[in-house]
Amino acid sequence: MRDLWRDIKGTLEPFWVTLSYIFKKPVTIQYPEQKRTPYSRYRARIVLTRDPDGGERCVACYLCSAACPVDCISMQAAEDENGRRYAAWFRINFSRCIFCGLCAEACPTMAIQMTPDYEICNRDLLNLVHEKEDLLIDDGGKDNEYNFYRHAGIGVVNPRGGNEDETEPEDVKSLLP
Amino acid sequence: MNDILITLLIIIIKLGLIFAVVLTMAAYLVLAERKILARMQLRYGPNRVGPFGMFQPVADLIKMLTKEDVCPAGADKYLFLFAPGLAAVTALMSLAVVPFGPTIEIFGQQVPQVVCDLNIGVLYFLGLSSLAVYGIALGGWASNSKYALLASIRGLAQLISYELSMGLAVVPIIMAARSFSLTDIVMAQESLPFVLIYPETFLIFFVSVAAESKRIPFDLPEAENELVAGFHTEYSGMRFGLFFVGEYINMIILGSMTTIFFLGGWHGPLLPPIFWFLFKVLGVAFVFIWMRGTMPRFRYDQLMHFGWKVLMPIALLDVVVRGGFMVWSLGG
Amino acid sequence: MATVLFYILSAIALTATLLCVTRRNPVHAIIYLVHAFFALALLFYVLGAPLVAAWEVIIYAGAIMVLFMFIIMMLELAPSQELQGLVWSRLLPVVLLSLTVLGATFAIIAFDPGGVDGIPVYFATPRDFGYTLFKEYALAVEVVSFQLLFAAVGGYYVGRTDKKKGGRK
Repeated sequence: MRDLWRDIKGTLEPFWVTLSYIFKKPVTIQYPEQKRTPYSRYRARIVLTRDPDGGERCVACYLCSAACPVDCISMQAAEDENGRRYAAWFRINFSRCIFCGLCAEACPTMAIQMTPDYEICNRDLLNLVHEKEDLLIDDGGKDNEYNFYRHAGIGVVNPRGGNEDETEPEDVKSLLP
Repeated sequence: MNDILITLLIIIIKLGLIFAVVLTMAAYLVLAERKILARMQLRYGPNRVGPFGMFQPVADLIKMLTKEDVCPAGADKYLFLFAPGLAAVTALMSLAVVPFGPTIEIFGQQVPQVVCDLNIGVLYFLGLSSLAVYGIALGGWASNSKYALLASIRGLAQLISYELSMGLAVVPIIMAARSFSLTDIVMAQESLPFVLIYPETFLIFFVSVAAESKRIPFDLPEAENELVAGFHTEYSGMRFGLFFVGEYINMIILGSMTTIFFLGGWHGPLLPPIFWFLFKVLGVAFVFIWMRGTMPRFRYDQLMHFGWKVLMPIALLDVVVRGGFMVWSLGG
Repeated sequence: MATVLFYILSAIALTATLLCVTRRNPVHAIIYLVHAFFALALLFYVLGAPLVAAWEVIIYAGAIMVLFMFIIMMLELAPSQELQGLVWSRLLPVVLLSLTVLGATFAIIAFDPGGVDGIPVYFATPRDFGYTLFKEYALAVEVVSFQLLFAAVGGYYVGRTDKKKGGRK
């Protein structure tokens, strides 16, 4: 008998709850008019950043391409006369990208980064294939001061050993300590 | 001859009016349901097409009409094409016996506000609602799909089971009104609607009606998370639309039947009768929607158990007790 | 008007029944049978028995045929592929039954020629029908209802679950 009472109560109580919810304010964000500001670590459109000196950070090491689970990143490595590596072309197919952020994690030079710009819908799939010109921005992104070649030990920006946290390379032909 | 012509003209006008009103109402019932459900879930619901989304039904109609009409491979073609029409037509045909108001006089003509006041109106309604089963059964069977077949088997069993208790719940009303005619039943409730005299019968009837309308908590034939979309899984375009509209017309019909049998039809103070009728029908429809927003779905064995072992015996007992009481009070 | 309707409806009923008998696909056969029932119900209506017409639709078309369909769908009966030749033993009952029905029809017409003239027009309201059924034939109704009760009890008995063997609850 107490079960019956409990059942009746359990059947009727939700009706009151749903009725009262009709008069509450909806929590919906009306998207095109109201836009929510995503957090700064939000993972959306991918960019290629530059170092403080204005050079491209990307060294075309293919790590992002290898890390990408959907294989949407492709590039061609090249090297200039200084020995500085760069991507001859760099392509991200955003129609395949799942915005997992593994490429940004894999990047050793902090070149590839995720931005909170989430509005990249397009009517044409081909418009979603971004080339290097579309990806490259004039900014350092998250770690603005970082320049890979100032720590890499390769004589690209300064001669070898000329950087702040570097010592002169050991002269292996000399016997003196 | 002239009289026949005028009668025919009146019938045609009434048919046209009812079709227009009911189809519009069904379309806007869809919108109302989406809006109300949305508000119950703290959403806005459709609000993009026109002010407050008022043109959403029109947009839906255009979308459905312009979609491809797919007939799946291996389907029984003629039955597949025929089933949605059956579902919608059986729903629409019940409207013929629904009285919307008392007889009124226009240009010296006595015009009853019902297309056809059949003396077996109740049975006509029950017969059509039992035929409505064929729409979903044939639709599901002809689609050559496992999901649709399962859904139509479920639908068949469910509708047959609950029709029984629905029919039984109407019996005390017929006994009280002493007529099968829906107009007479409404007339019998002039002073007091039957819901106040027969509250338990009303409950039985309402539960059965909810099951007949194939809506939550009795929406086993189209349980989305088990059967994709149930019996209309394979349908697209306007054929799906016919099923969909049929369901909402059915909701209006069942609402009007509840109104006629229990809520006193068009009787009500102050407002004109037809408004009272519409008001009550929409009220019942709101309760249907409210129920959808509140209840979870039955499991299939629970549904059958409830229908045959709980609802039917209670309905039978109700008939016996009420009938006995009536005979006793008349004989004494 | 009624006569024309009668002949149209009879033609529909006969054609539908014939098609029902000859269909290989059980669901199609059921559809034709439902058509036949419909025509029959309308015939009853035309002949002045609206209550019987309604019951014909509710009970035969709406309940019994639906149950048939339910069973067919549950068993997933495919249209039978085997060639069913018209064997004499299979044909015999059909011929016998047809001859009996034909003979009975002719006998009725021969012994009661007045029946050809037409049935007296009589419109049986539900009220009249009810009075006749429950006053004059009350005993028959009760017997039939008892039969139904026995059937229900029997069905429950057959379908019971054995609690000793630990069946489903």
